[in-house]
Amino acid sequence: MSVVSEPLLTIKNLTVEFDQGAHFVRALHGVDFVIERGQSIGIVGESGCGKSITWLAALGLLGSKARTGGSVRLDGQEILNCSDRALAHLRGSRIAMIFQDPASSLNPVHRIGRQIGEALRLHRGLTGAAAKAEATRLLDRVGMSNPAQRLNEYPHELSGGMNQRVMIAMALAGEPDLLIADEPTTALDATIQAQILELLNNLRRENDMGLVLISHDLGVVADMAERVAVMYCGRVVEESQVDRLFDAPRHPYTRGLMAALPDIDGPKRRLKAIPGMVPPPRNLPTGCTFAPRCDHATEACASRVPGLRPAGAPRHRAACFHLEDLPGGSRQPASPAQQPVQETV
Amino acid sequence: MPLVSVRDLKRHYDIRLTGGLFGRRAKLKAVDGVSFDLKMGETLGLVGESGCGKSTTAKLVLGLIPATSGTVSFDGSAVTAAHDAQWRHMRRRMQMIYQDPLGALDRRLPVSAQIGEPIAVHEPHVPADEREARVGEIMTSVGLRADQAASYPHELSGGQRQRVVIARALALQPDFIVCDEPVSALDVSIQAQVLNLLEDLKERNGFTSLFISHDLKVVRQMSDRVAVMYLGMIVEEGPPEDVFHAPMHPYTQALVSAIPTPSRRGKRERIVLEGDPPNPVNKPSGCPFHPRCPSAMSECREFQPMLASHGSRKVACHLRPAPSAGLIAAE
Ligand SMILES: Nc1ncnc2c1ncn2[C@@H]1O[C@H](COP(=O)(O)OP(=O)(O)OP(=O)(O)O)[C@@H](O)[C@H]1O
Ligand SMILES: Nc1ncnc2c1ncn2[C@@H]1O[C@H](COP(=O)(O)OP(=O)(O)OP(=O)(O)O)[C@@H](O)[C@H]1O
Ligand code: SF4
Ligand SMILES: [Mg+2]
Ligand SMILES: [Mg+2]
Repeated sequence: MSVVSEPLLTIKNLTVEFDQGAHFVRALHGVDFVIERGQSIGIVGESGCGKSITWLAALGLLGSKARTGGSVRLDGQEILNCSDRALAHLRGSRIAMIFQDPASSLNPVHRIGRQIGEALRLHRGLTGAAAKAEATRLLDRVGMSNPAQRLNEYPHELSGGMNQRVMIAMALAGEPDLLIADEPTTALDATIQAQILELLNNLRRENDMGLVLISHDLGVVADMAERVAVMYCGRVVEESQVDRLFDAPRHPYTRGLMAALPDIDGPKRRLKAIPGMVPPPRNLPTGCTFAPRCDHATEACASRVPGLRPAGAPRHRAACFHLEDLPGGSRQPASPAQQPVQETV
Repeated sequence: MPLVSVRDLKRHYDIRLTGGLFGRRAKLKAVDGVSFDLKMGETLGLVGESGCGKSTTAKLVLGLIPATSGTVSFDGSAVTAAHDAQWRHMRRRMQMIYQDPLGALDRRLPVSAQIGEPIAVHEPHVPADEREARVGEIMTSVGLRADQAASYPHELSGGQRQRVVIARALALQPDFIVCDEPVSALDVSIQAQVLNLLEDLKERNGFTSLFISHDLKVVRQMSDRVAVMYLGMIVEEGPPEDVFHAPMHPYTQALVSAIPTPSRRGKRERIVLEGDPPNPVNKPSGCPFHPRCPSAMSECREFQPMLASHGSRKVACHLRPAPSAGLIAAE
């Protein structure tokens, strides 16, 4: 078997269950992903839908209270549930992750240089002057001014955007083939977010690196990803090439998200809220988990869980029983709510 | 006459910078000369990046903190931070909705008690059963169920908690509501529920509001006019469609171009600003935006541009001089 012909990362039927004392609660219900070198994939969905735990589970970072199942293969080799030592080696050198909360991932008591140096020692065996030179190069690479001086600074002396750059520099220290960025810009201002997204995109292209971009922001994902997966309650409910997903979303949840989002362009319209709220993992409805909030739900929806199936375009799949019955094609379903509302003066 | 009128409002903080033996004293100019008017029934959106002074402006307008200089008037009388009888009387007509619904609520009290609290404080003569009836009505109007009256905040979802906060702000039927990032902590689908609710309530009760958000899409949805802040000052103000679709100030242009939105995917030219976010301690001379401005000229470093009228809009930029306005020298 030739290693090169395998996708970079293949996730199959990944499940996660958390130990809640008396019993296990399933939070991830079998998700599949394939990522090729140089490809970017965006993961969107509301809080708690399983965006983070998918990738934490794949990297063996969920701890002993979590039980994971399924398969995660890197270049064809199974890495799920393999030894901590082997995983620790992969993390950083082959796959790097930028965690959702940057404050918790940078150590406040150590200088920036020491933290990047540690990553360089661990993943590339660099120490001393060589490590320092490489750390300086990395900080420069992520667009920080005065990189040599920054090495001596502490995280609290830097702005949020600069700390995020340090995180990215650390993630790049091991020259990974795959970068998983979990909400990399959520805490940042719009103009700083634009800088960081641009940086991530350039790094991906130049290093032929796979990029998984996790975000609750549809706009960020639309901007950055070639493929997009929409998650709801621990499942992928729709996935497609980015343009197709935003031009012709097929799953009622994806459509709901788009109709609920105010826009900066076009006529001002009344927002269409999705009624109800996301159910917690321990209390999922039977059948399609979106059914209680879905305008198109029928009895069938509550009886079985719909699987992902073709949704009218190559590599576009959605998990809904009524794909064929929904108004098709257009970006937003025609409904009275889509008409511009009179502005109140 | 405008309901709310703000003139050259400033709030400076004396701070000590870390480092050195004693730390260097410095001035942090959180709000540095803000003026605007709010007509009855109008919603003014306030946007800008973290630390530009939005929340400080809100607190100054409500008299929650004293101003360093400048004036605020509400319905013709001066709002000051002297919390005397006159302020308390005014205060019941002005309410605030905060960003963090959990932080704004008391976790030990059932939500109905919290919604009724302003009535108990400001209208102590109202009998308990009448107060409860009013709380019930308000809860219905914000989409909370009667059986949720006895719930504690942690038993509700984020969107429901924000409804409680809104219900409490509405309890005294205020004329003026300041909303400081009211939906920032909420998911898209819940955010839309709360924004629609605010729109409906405004339609019904006709209150005036100052709506603060760092999210331009949300501000466009909610506002009749918007003001863009940068380093404690308003750099552009006008109707949302004008400001967001044809921004005149270079900062607004960059800000608008940086908004990720599905509809603009692949179609827009993103202006990526160089440099770090601005620091209100070391406010640059001249135009506060000049170190990051792609169009900065030599006069931008020396003279502070004034907010000048351009039709329905006001802009503070040397590229857009007012026909007759002079320059004011920076200190
Ligand atoms: N250590 C844990 N123990 C128990 N449950 C957990 C644990 N970590 C996550 N969960 C649950 O698993 C579900 C998925 O969590 P996850 O962090 O992946 O959500 P997310 O999509 O990343 O949300 P967010 O947008 O808020 O980051 C949630 O319901 C969460 O409460
Ligand atoms: N009590 C205080 N003492 C010293 N500095 C303060 C104080 N309150 C606010 N500041 C500073 O004033 C500036 C403006 O703060 P403000 O909270 O008004 O910003 P904001 O625009 O609301 O930002 P955000 O979007 O992050 O909420 C910030 O630099 C802040 O650190
Ligand atoms: S005044 Fe000068 S520096 Fe300021 S925004 Fe206008 S052009 Fe840019
Ligand atoms: Mg997450
Ligand atoms: Mg604020």
